[in-house]
Amino acid sequence: MTIGTASSISVHEDKTIKEKYRRNRLSIGGWLVRILFACLFAFPLIFMVVSSFKPDDEIMADLSSVKAFLPTGNVSLDNYAQVFTRVPAGRFLLNSVFITLVTVVLGVLVNSMAAFAIQRLNIRFKKIIFTFILATLMVPFETYAIPLLWWINQLPRPAIDQFGLYFTRGWMDTLTIQIIPFIANAFSVYLYMQYFETIPKDLDEAAKVDGAGWFRIYSRIVMPLSGPATATVVILSFLPMWNQYLWPLMVVQSENNRPVMIGVQYFQQMTTSWGQIMAYSSLITLPIIAVFVIFQRQFVSSIAATGVKG
Amino acid sequence: MSSSIQTTIIRQPADGDTALTPNNKSAEVIHENRAGWLMLAPACILLVLFIGIPVALAFVLSFTNARTISPNPTRFIGLNNFTRLFSDPTFWRALLNVAIFAVVVVPVQAGLGLFLAVLINKKVRSSVFFRTVYFLPVVTSMVVVSLLWMFIYQNDGMLNQVLEKLTFHHWTAVDWLNNPQTALGAIIVMSIWQAVGQHMLIWLSGLQTISAELYEAAELDGCDAWHQFTNVTWPGLRSTRNMILITITIAALSLFTQINVMTQGGPRDSTTTVVFEAVRSGFQQQEMGYASAITLVFFLIIMAITAVQRRITHSN
Repeated sequence: MTIGTASSISVHEDKTIKEKYRRNRLSIGGWLVRILFACLFAFPLIFMVVSSFKPDDEIMADLSSVKAFLPTGNVSLDNYAQVFTRVPAGRFLLNSVFITLVTVVLGVLVNSMAAFAIQRLNIRFKKIIFTFILATLMVPFETYAIPLLWWINQLPRPAIDQFGLYFTRGWMDTLTIQIIPFIANAFSVYLYMQYFETIPKDLDEAAKVDGAGWFRIYSRIVMPLSGPATATVVILSFLPMWNQYLWPLMVVQSENNRPVMIGVQYFQQMTTSWGQIMAYSSLITLPIIAVFVIFQRQFVSSIAATGVKG
Repeated sequence: MSSSIQTTIIRQPADGDTALTPNNKSAEVIHENRAGWLMLAPACILLVLFIGIPVALAFVLSFTNARTISPNPTRFIGLNNFTRLFSDPTFWRALLNVAIFAVVVVPVQAGLGLFLAVLINKKVRSSVFFRTVYFLPVVTSMVVVSLLWMFIYQNDGMLNQVLEKLTFHHWTAVDWLNNPQTALGAIIVMSIWQAVGQHMLIWLSGLQTISAELYEAAELDGCDAWHQFTNVTWPGLRSTRNMILITITIAALSLFTQINVMTQGGPRDSTTTVVFEAVRSGFQQQEMGYASAITLVFFLIIMAITAVQRRITHSN
C-alpha cells in the first residue's frame, strides 16, 4: 500500500475517494429495504400511541386501514384521564422512578468503588475476589430468582424505630427489596475497571504526595475523569430497572409498592379497554423513548460496550 | 511487593518531607489494604448475599421440601424433587418449548441483526435515523410489547385484518395466541421483533472495528459485495459473533415475561417455559424445593451451553 511513486499515490487516492463515495451512497433498493424495516419497527409503536387517543370502537374500526396509524376521528385525552382515575398510575410511576433512580445512583457508587479498589490498590485475595465478581456475570437472574425469593423470606431485615436498631423479617413487599439485589453489578465493575485503566496512575501518585487518601483520590481525581464510564453504567442499569417484571411480580403484593410494569395487570383483569391499555403503555414507554432519542449517541456506545465482554 | 517498597523508598527522600522508614511503609501497605477492603466491601457483600448465596441455595433447596411459609420444618428429601420433575410431562414440554424457541430465535435474530447492521453501516446521514428507529422496540419494555402484540394477534386484531385485506377476504381469522399450533410461533416472531435492534447495534460496533483498508484491498482484488462479506466481514466479526450467540441463547432459554403476560403457558402447555414453570411452582404454589430443582436443572443447562460455546470459540 505504502510503496509507489508520488504521482501514483495521488491518482490512487483520488480513486479511493470516489470509491468511498460510491460505497456510501445508497441505491434505490437500499432505500426501500431500509424504509421497509423502519415501518416494521415503528408502526406497531405508532399504532400504540395513536390509539391511546381514540375511543375503543374507533380503534377497532380504523384497524384495517392506514387510519390505524393516523390521529383521525374523535381524538381526545379521555383514555389517559380514565387510566389515572381507575388505576393509581401516578403512584406506580413514582415508585418506578424512585426504584430506578436509587438503584442507578447506588450502583454507580458501589460498583465504581469496587472497581477502583481492584484496579488501583494492593489488596490481599484480590485475584479470588475478582474471579468471584466475574463469575457472577455468567449467571442470569432467572436462574436464581426462586432461591433468592426463599432467601429474602428468611433474611432478617435491620430496621430503626424510636427504641433503636432491631431486626424484622419484613423484606417482602417493600420498595427496598426491589432495589437492593440489583445495586452491585459485575458488569458495571468490569466497565469501570476497563476505564480506570486508561487513567494514568501518576495522578494518584501526585495526589498522594499532596497527602490525599485513597478515598479522596477515588472521589476527587478518578471519578470526575470517568464521565463516559458512568454514562455507560447509568444507561445499562437504568433500562432493565425501569423494565423490571419477574422480581416485583414475586415480591410485591400491595398496591402502594407496585412499579409500572406490574401495574399492567390491572388492565388485564378488568374488562379490556384497548384504548386505556394503549394509553397506559404509552405513558410508561414514551418517557424512556424520549430519553433514548435525546441520548441516543450514548445509548449506542453503551450497547456497543456490552459486545466487548466474553 | 518488597520491590515496590524499595523503589518508593528510593524515590521518596527527594521530596524532602518526612523520611519514610521501611516501618512507615509497611504501615502504608496495611492502610492501603484496609482502604481497599472498605471500598470493595459493599459490592462484595451485596454480590454474596444476593447472587452467591441464592445460587448455592438452589443446590441445597432442590434436595428439600422447603416451602415459602410453612408450619412444618424443612426436611431433606433426597432426589424426590428430581424424580418428580423428570416424570412431569409439563417440564419436558417446557424444555422442548425453550429448545424450539432458541433454535429458531438464535440464528434468525443474529442473522437479521447482522443484515440490519450491514444495511445501516454506511456513512450517510440517514443511517442515524434508521438506527434509532430499528432500536425503538428494544427500549420498549417487553411487558408493553407483549400487550401491544396481544392486540395485533387477537382474533379481530390487526394481523388478521391485514391478511384479510391482502387476500381479498379469503383469509379465515386465526386466533394466534389461543391456538396451540401457532402460539409459540407468534411469540417467537414478536420476540425477534423486540430484540433484534440490540444485536444490530452490537454487530455494528463489531463492523466498525474492521478497517476500511481491508475492504479496499478486497475491492482491488476484484471481490464483489458478497465475497467481501464472506472474506472480510465475516472473519472480522469472530469475537462479536461468539458474544452475540451466547447472549441470545441465554436470553432465549430464560424466556418468561412474554409468556406470563400473553399466554400463561397455554394453550395446553404449548408455550410454557422452564422459568415459567419454576415461577409457577415456586411463587404461586410456594413449593420452593421443587422450584429450586427446576432452577438447578436450568442453571446447569445454561452453564453447559456456555461451556460448549466457549470451547467451540477457543478451538477455532
